[in-house]
Amino acid sequence: MPDGQSINASVLAAEGVSKSFGSVPVLFSISMDIRAGEVHALIGENGAGKSTLMKILSGFLQPTSGHISLDGAEISLPPNGQSEALGVVLIHQELNLAEQMTVEENVFLGRELRKGATLDRARMRDTVAGYLEDIGLEISPDSRISDLSIAQKQMVEIVKAISRDARVLIMDEPTAALTEAETALFFSQIERLRDKGVGIVFVSHKLAEVSAIADRVTVLRDGQWIATQKASDLPPDAMAQMMVGRELSDLYPPLNEVDVDAEKVLQVQGLVAPAVKGISFDLKRGEILGFSGLIGSGRTAVFEAICGLAPIEAGTVSAFGQEGGFRSVAAARDAGVVYLTKDRKEKGLLLAQKMRPNLTLFALPKFLRGMRIDGKAEDAALERAIRRFDIRARDPNVDVGDMSGGNQQKLLLAKVMECDPKILIIDEPTRGIDVGTKQQIYHFIAAIAAEGVSVVVISSEMPEVIGLSHRVVVMREGEITGILSGDEINENEIVRYAAGLKRGEH
Amino acid sequence: MTEATMTPTKPNRFGGFDFKTAGPAIALLILCGIGFALNPAFLSEGNISNLLTRSAFIGIIAVGATFVITAGGIDLSVGSMAAVIAGVMIIVMNGAVDTFGTGVTTVLIGCGCSIILGIGAGWVNGVLTTKGKIEAFIVTLGTMGIYRSLVTYFADGGTLSLNYDIRGVYRPVYYDSFGGLPIPVWVFIVVSICGWLLLNRTAFGRYCTAIGSNESVAQYSAIKVDRIKTMTYVIQGLCVSLATIIYVPRLGSASSSTGVLWELEAIAAVIIGGTVLKGGYGRIGGTILGALILTTIGNILNFTDMISNYLNGTMQGLIIIIAVWLQRGDWGRKTKTD
Repeated sequence: MPDGQSINASVLAAEGVSKSFGSVPVLFSISMDIRAGEVHALIGENGAGKSTLMKILSGFLQPTSGHISLDGAEISLPPNGQSEALGVVLIHQELNLAEQMTVEENVFLGRELRKGATLDRARMRDTVAGYLEDIGLEISPDSRISDLSIAQKQMVEIVKAISRDARVLIMDEPTAALTEAETALFFSQIERLRDKGVGIVFVSHKLAEVSAIADRVTVLRDGQWIATQKASDLPPDAMAQMMVGRELSDLYPPLNEVDVDAEKVLQVQGLVAPAVKGISFDLKRGEILGFSGLIGSGRTAVFEAICGLAPIEAGTVSAFGQEGGFRSVAAARDAGVVYLTKDRKEKGLLLAQKMRPNLTLFALPKFLRGMRIDGKAEDAALERAIRRFDIRARDPNVDVGDMSGGNQQKLLLAKVMECDPKILIIDEPTRGIDVGTKQQIYHFIAAIAAEGVSVVVISSEMPEVIGLSHRVVVMREGEITGILSGDEINENEIVRYAAGLKRGEH
Repeated sequence: MTEATMTPTKPNRFGGFDFKTAGPAIALLILCGIGFALNPAFLSEGNISNLLTRSAFIGIIAVGATFVITAGGIDLSVGSMAAVIAGVMIIVMNGAVDTFGTGVTTVLIGCGCSIILGIGAGWVNGVLTTKGKIEAFIVTLGTMGIYRSLVTYFADGGTLSLNYDIRGVYRPVYYDSFGGLPIPVWVFIVVSICGWLLLNRTAFGRYCTAIGSNESVAQYSAIKVDRIKTMTYVIQGLCVSLATIIYVPRLGSASSSTGVLWELEAIAAVIIGGTVLKGGYGRIGGTILGALILTTIGNILNFTDMISNYLNGTMQGLIIIIAVWLQRGDWGRKTKTD
């Protein structure tokens, strides 16, 4: 730990920054400073406001109140990545590289060096080769981006940042897609940058990594600043403790106890599928089973395989005592197993269409009379859904894309419920919707379970999983690390299992 | 609910929507007005009947193309497909004369052959696009070349001519009328009605629209995307075969120049009619009007000396560009509210 550097002056600082989207506040008066030559980790649960804060620090968003200062002087950062010119660079989780171009072309994209009317390729190549050597990355400036590993691409992004004389580098979960070996390489390169005096902010959910690389750690929770401490004073367990620890209010409906003798409607044994490495669990009638874990831990992949959206490579799935998984989404639906996607805009709803065709699309065979679609039955279903799920649209003929996120989510729930499922799998039930609608959705889920439907809730919001579920399955890197029930269901336990600090027998 | 107030209020889209639905019809009326002003004979019964008959080929093919395009695909092979089907029909019918004589049986064999070929060719396009995971543009560009060269090969670079006696039996399919309307127009009407019902009243049509709007949503909604997409190409092939069946008796021959540029006219008819090229929104009624508009332009140019008939393509091109520009204006207004 380079102690001497903690006395360095801060390069970039947020002072009392707050941010609201519409009437929904997401950040409350956050102060954070980044010093030259330090690695500053930003941690917190999903939805704690980390991304928003990073975007404010890099000018992609403007704070509602408070301000940003650069080198001690108050500044209003220009939007859309133009703050790169000031030396503040945000590297997005989705990398921003032209896949079919070479490393050299990417690094100089948009500010190519010229010699007269033509490009000065030799000089650009030499410059990039110099950067690559500095950072210890053994690839050629002529390599095509599409031929590089994810870690290498990440490094190219960083080279791009250095070539723009970045003084502050802000990275959103840079290690999320890296293997352990790649992470080690990545960190050694980060250390070189730090030694050169670059201030680095990085977000990670992997607390062990945070301990290993960070000089200081800032913890956010629910949009509030919780603490900024030296990483050496903060073991991973303490970080987890600070990230969680909130009271659960009556946001969540009371849980109906599941009958101990309730039949097991879904039994999964040793399931192997893309991104799933052999998992086993079962689901009882009327039970709400939470699935927790980090983004990318394979939770969604499990259920895409079960519902016929992805191939099952090994293991058995038996629903309602019937062996064998479903070969198509239609087969799963007909058996009463439906999956509600977390990606409502890309996979859930037809945004350019009206509510009615969206509502009945999944269960359309139910609305057929012979060959014809029964329009009256569709209208009746829409009216019923609007009442049951309290969908508020200015008029029924509005395009779904023009509805608010909360109403879209209710419509999506109504859409899958049209199939009269016996097993309902909901992926991220409340992503991007406000707290009032969240509460409504929680109550819908509880009511659905009370009718005897078994519900799986996959969520990255831990309070949600805890508040809703009878049991919680925690996944990490394609495996189940723990199945919790009763008093074990608390944030501390879940974070430990999800971060790989603890592993249960099951 | 606070969020209800957060969504921006959408400007009244009634004008735009209205215009979009009625646009092609208004355009056709204007064209007819121009035609009548230039030469009153434009609205004579003979000319109208001629105009409708000529629209039938492109119109029938365009109904099929509406399904393909609505489901997010494209089929460039239809013109060549029509030519090769016409060629094979003629070869088969000429060959069948020895066994079945020159009667109706031979003509029916030819028609059956046409339908099998059309469905088969459409299925090939569909399977290569879906199972083969090759872009529809590339697949049908490939089959377009293949079919075109096949018909040239079958005709040995020249023209395939139908046996003169069969021509006599087959002729009425193009030249006769029933209840005042030529037979091709009846076929066009029946195909249009079936197409409209299929697109607007059945699950299949709904699925086409869903796939064209967003394939992932369709897949997650238990729609068998590959099967439905393949079906659209099969329907397209069937439509091509029906158009060929009524086209062959017109000239009684097929050559390498048969059906040239029909694919572009069909796609143009679909787009002029308001169907969105990237899929997700299809209008059979619009397609029919689009086909009529394209034929009417040619017809008017025939009637007048003001613009050379050779500029037919120019006029059609202008109309297509204007139609798509008007559509874009409308979509642009919509996306602003997002």
